[in-house]
Amino acid sequence: MVDLITPPPAIIDVDHDGDEGHDEHHGATGILKWMTSTDHKVIGLSYTVTSVVMLIIGGLFAEIIRAQLASPNGTLVSLAQYNELFTMHGSVMIYLFAGPFAFGGLANIIVPIQIGAPDMAFPRLNALSYWLYLMGSITMLMGFFTAGGAANFGWVAYAPLSNSINTPGAGADLWIGGLLLTGFSAIFTGVNLTATIFYLRAPGMTMFRMPIFTWNMLVTAILILLAFPVLTAGLIMLYCDRHFGTHIFSVAGGGVPVLWQHIFWFWGHPEVYILALPFFGMATEIIAVFSKKPVFGYKSMVFATLSIGALSLGVWAHHMFTTGVVLLPFFSFMSLMIAVPTGIKIFNWIGTMWRGELWFSTAMLMALGFLFTFLIGGLTGIYLASPPLDFFTHDTYFVVAHFHSIVMALVLAGMGGLYFWGPKITGYLLNEKFGRIQFWFLFIGTQVFTFPQYILGLDGMPRRIAMYPHSPQWKTLNDWSTFGAILVGISMIVFVVNVGYSWKKYPCGDNPWDAQTLEWFTTSPPPHHNFYRLPQIRSERPTWDYNHPEHRSLAHGTGGTGTHHEPPLANAIVGALEHDQDHDA
Amino acid sequence: MRRFVALPLGALALSGCTVPAFGAHKGATTESSSVFHLWQGFSIGAVIIGGFVTVLFVYAILRFRRKGDNIPRQAQYHLPAEVIYTVVPILVVFGLFAATLVVENKEVANPKANVTVDVNAFQWGWKFTYPHTETVVIGQTTQDPTMVIPVNTNVHINLTSTDVIHGFYVRAFNFSRYALPGVLNQFTLEAVKTGNFSGQCTQLCGLYHSLMFFNVKVVSKSQYTAWLASTANPVAFAAAQKTTGQQTATQVPTKPASSHGDN
Repeated sequence: MVDLITPPPAIIDVDHDGDEGHDEHHGATGILKWMTSTDHKVIGLSYTVTSVVMLIIGGLFAEIIRAQLASPNGTLVSLAQYNELFTMHGSVMIYLFAGPFAFGGLANIIVPIQIGAPDMAFPRLNALSYWLYLMGSITMLMGFFTAGGAANFGWVAYAPLSNSINTPGAGADLWIGGLLLTGFSAIFTGVNLTATIFYLRAPGMTMFRMPIFTWNMLVTAILILLAFPVLTAGLIMLYCDRHFGTHIFSVAGGGVPVLWQHIFWFWGHPEVYILALPFFGMATEIIAVFSKKPVFGYKSMVFATLSIGALSLGVWAHHMFTTGVVLLPFFSFMSLMIAVPTGIKIFNWIGTMWRGELWFSTAMLMALGFLFTFLIGGLTGIYLASPPLDFFTHDTYFVVAHFHSIVMALVLAGMGGLYFWGPKITGYLLNEKFGRIQFWFLFIGTQVFTFPQYILGLDGMPRRIAMYPHSPQWKTLNDWSTFGAILVGISMIVFVVNVGYSWKKYPCGDNPWDAQTLEWFTTSPPPHHNFYRLPQIRSERPTWDYNHPEHRSLAHGTGGTGTHHEPPLANAIVGALEHDQDHDA
Repeated sequence: MRRFVALPLGALALSGCTVPAFGAHKGATTESSSVFHLWQGFSIGAVIIGGFVTVLFVYAILRFRRKGDNIPRQAQYHLPAEVIYTVVPILVVFGLFAATLVVENKEVANPKANVTVDVNAFQWGWKFTYPHTETVVIGQTTQDPTMVIPVNTNVHINLTSTDVIHGFYVRAFNFSRYALPGVLNQFTLEAVKTGNFSGQCTQLCGLYHSLMFFNVKVVSKSQYTAWLASTANPVAFAAAQKTTGQQTATQVPTKPASSHGDN
């Protein structure tokens, strides 16, 4: 390695014992090592694998639901089974896949490396998070093995349908218990991410030099801390109503059923952004790297994320316009306002691509697929912020189509994240040909399954119905939707095949994408405490600055050669350095 | 640039020539017709903005495809562009919000009504009671009950639920409202054309949620009066009145009223 004494050091040696990383903890091996590990990369990988398994389970439920709806009087499953299936489809996807995949999986692995930290701030708490999440997931799914079946009151569990009279049985209790456990795991991860980002940044990594993904995870973590305890409290109240004779949500005892909706959505709307922001961050990083440009409007991107986070706490009642009890224009206005920072993000993504050199790798295709699908989901969301239009589309397939456009956009971005960061985590690339095939199945399948649902919703098809005997004319569009869902299912099969096919086949080196942020400076996979050495951090893309010292980000209005953050001397020093040996692979 | 071409087009469209319906229906009530116009307005905005973004996006994909190992100019900020795409959406949002307020105020206004119907939802059916008359219509699961209302008349609906939350939704009225236990939800609608319109529960309410249908039949005022007289049934009405107002889940009528007033 380069031995550099001249201040300011362009490379900071953090491998204090100088033995090139032979400092892994010895002792336990195999499964015991995995179970007792507190390494954020191991925990993050466990999270990622578990959540992808959940995605597949939730996807199987979706395929059964779509098969049932392929005919007006579907008889594949009974009415009772159908209620269980869509409840568990929503619950698995929202609670057990999307959030844990993002903030437990990729963020857990990437955020500490992106900011130059050796691990998360509280490694043992991090391990506890994972095990709570795994146990919570199993608990919730165990409902299928109880006499009454799994929970069947929808993923929102509206009172009084979710009380012990209308939904007796252990499945519902297991649902509540499982959700409490995963809720705690989310809270602990939120604590961990916040503390890590505030306290463990490497020298030079100021807040405004953090990559957008890390920024988004910070805002996500803060939203988790604000929102999840409310859900936890609500679930405990629900449990007390079910078993201890309280009447918090029951009219008979003087309670208020709508209170559950307030509590649930006070968590539930920030949750929408707890799910979305990490994936926005993934797409941002991917689009920048594969356009060979810095993130356009970096600062406006950060402020857009912060304002989305702030606004998301004041919009929960837009889920409740049709209750008739919270028709305050305030909620409509706040909901519409979210379109502004979201629009800024979309324009910034396009600005990042503008005059770039776009490389359409699988990760980039996924990110572009995300952008388009998210645009559709975002535009249809604006309608729902307007109470009169919400009255008209609420609880119809229009809403189903809207949020599936959004969540499928997130799935696209998440898949992009796997193709993009997977090599960093494992040291091996995934096959690009399979990746492209997967992308086209996923992207086309998503549009084919959501578009008919928009039309069905406008034609009056309600959510959560197992059959539509009075409206056989809906069959054609439902069949298209089912066909789209099958295409999405095939894309997941292609993904699994790709993982098997590419297993340890394509070693990737440290920085296969000529990427920009700090995680690409270290080895793939990174050593136990992530770095042997760090580059000088003088912008939000230290690896790029190190590799391309002559191509730093330009400020607005500067000419072709000017530098923004840097005194010319530092440029010269960095430019004179030879590349690190680990770096040429 | 495209936006400025499209704006006058949108204005032209709003003035009433041939505006596409964007998948929605004009609706059978005065309220639903305002909602329909609001829908058209939002859709025009969505098409313009979505189209503008899509054009930029597709142009960027086609035009800036990688051609070699060049490193492009590392531009990161362009203040005028960023200001424009912050300020313009804010103005659009103010416009959408204003339009929303106008239509919402119209829709939730409670003008003086000549006819009142008490709608009670239960697992799994509907009961339509006509106060000050002796007519009540009840139907469960497979016996879709019909609510008969007169045309061109303000009809006041008192919506309640006996057990869990249900959704009162009539496709042709572009409208839905929850039936909440313990809450009296009120709204007024004025049908502008006669006909049969189907309705359905939209809020998950348990096992037979999929089958909780009802119909709305809009008839002329004279037919309505005649129907009320022919369906008056003091016994069923008294029984129905007795169950209304009780809140327990067990108080579900066990048999449909004989006065099922459908022709």
